[in-house]
Amino acid sequence: MQVQPPIAMLAELTHRCPLSCPYCSNPVELTAREAELSTDDWRSVFQQGAAMGVLQLHISGGEPASRRDLTDLVRAARDSGLYTNLITSGIGLTEKRLAELDAAGLDHVQLSLQGTDAAMADRIGGYKGGYDRKMMVAKWIGAIGFPLTLNFVMHRGNMHQLGRAIEMAQEMGARRIEVATVQFHGWAMQNRGALMPTREQAAEANRTVAEARARLKGRLVIDYVPADYHADYPKPCMGGWASTGINVAPDGLVLPCHAAQTIKGLEFDNVRDRPLADIWQDGSAFNAYRGTDWMQEPCRSCERKTIDFGGCRCQAMAIAGDPTATDPVCVKSPDHARIRDLAADFSGQDEAPMTWRVMDKTPG
Amino acid sequence: MTPEGTPYLPRGVRLHFDKVRDNWVLLAPERTIRLDPIGHAILSRVDGKTTLAAIAADLSETFKAPLEDVTRDSTEFLQELANRRFLEVT
Repeated sequence: MQVQPPIAMLAELTHRCPLSCPYCSNPVELTAREAELSTDDWRSVFQQGAAMGVLQLHISGGEPASRRDLTDLVRAARDSGLYTNLITSGIGLTEKRLAELDAAGLDHVQLSLQGTDAAMADRIGGYKGGYDRKMMVAKWIGAIGFPLTLNFVMHRGNMHQLGRAIEMAQEMGARRIEVATVQFHGWAMQNRGALMPTREQAAEANRTVAEARARLKGRLVIDYVPADYHADYPKPCMGGWASTGINVAPDGLVLPCHAAQTIKGLEFDNVRDRPLADIWQDGSAFNAYRGTDWMQEPCRSCERKTIDFGGCRCQAMAIAGDPTATDPVCVKSPDHARIRDLAADFSGQDEAPMTWRVMDKTPG
Repeated sequence: MTPEGTPYLPRGVRLHFDKVRDNWVLLAPERTIRLDPIGHAILSRVDGKTTLAAIAADLSETFKAPLEDVTRDSTEFLQELANRRFLEVT
């Protein structure tokens, strides 16, 4: 198979984060600081990525500002020719640090929003004062003039705040807002009872987004990840496995998607051991679900197979127990009724406890 | 988008030559837009000083194409970028 180079790289600099959101997209087994790649390692990763065809770099975590060398890493990314986007909660960024990032050439900032008021945001983030701090950071970002995307992560507890989140994006001068319903992997998987939106909420969010997109055309771009447990067709995860995106974890493991480690049996290479281009081209995890040859029915003969690529492999693993199955979100999946039942069940669990993310303090 | 308007690429949006794929792209927040030669010809004339009318006249002259067609096509192309907030007009 002719393998096209990736366009985007997600660099998860660290798993450390001052927040402890119960839907964190990091794996449940977090990587400790001692195991993180060095500044020079990351510099090499960025250079290798650019050389193989990566154009866009998303610097994320954890909280990337938890890395003291963040400015050096942004400069290294820009020197490699990459369009450099910082995905942050804002916590750990000061006015001085933002000015340094500006001088280093940072292209764009994506600021996360856990709720539209301090009570909600600080409860979800598990960090008192976080919301007020974030609002301050948003002002500094605006004053410097960084292009800004606000990223509102939605779940049953805060979905009613969507309208206000869209207003806030405009007030902050953001050009884009990402409205992303929580994806149920890792930490969120343990919190489905507390986080699962109701069917009515999902439909209401669809309407709110459609109305706002029409009203704000040319002023605010809205990217939207709907509640997929309530959808009829799956999301085209990663735009097709190993087709456009490559992730590098804090310890140098190279992943086809941020949740790929939930698929047991996949083996991942490390940038410390093998050139990035080799990993992309020949790594077994990348080739496991690349293209369409791995598909079973009903995907194999489906007219949508190059639209949604069978959906999310991690979700197929989690719900159907088989990473080569059709994503059960799809109406054509034999497990679709199950996901409908799970959505109805979890979304009614109003007493469900919430488990916040914690970093295991005891190494290894 | 009127002929008198002066389009410009806002901060965070820039033209970039993709050496690996041997073509021009427009890099924007979390988006990469592959440009065909016409798209590149239009955007390479967007400098924040030249009006749309002057850009269209230059393109019409360079490519020996009717001014009316060039104006319509460039306006459509730039309006689509503006709708996505990849382009501003003064």
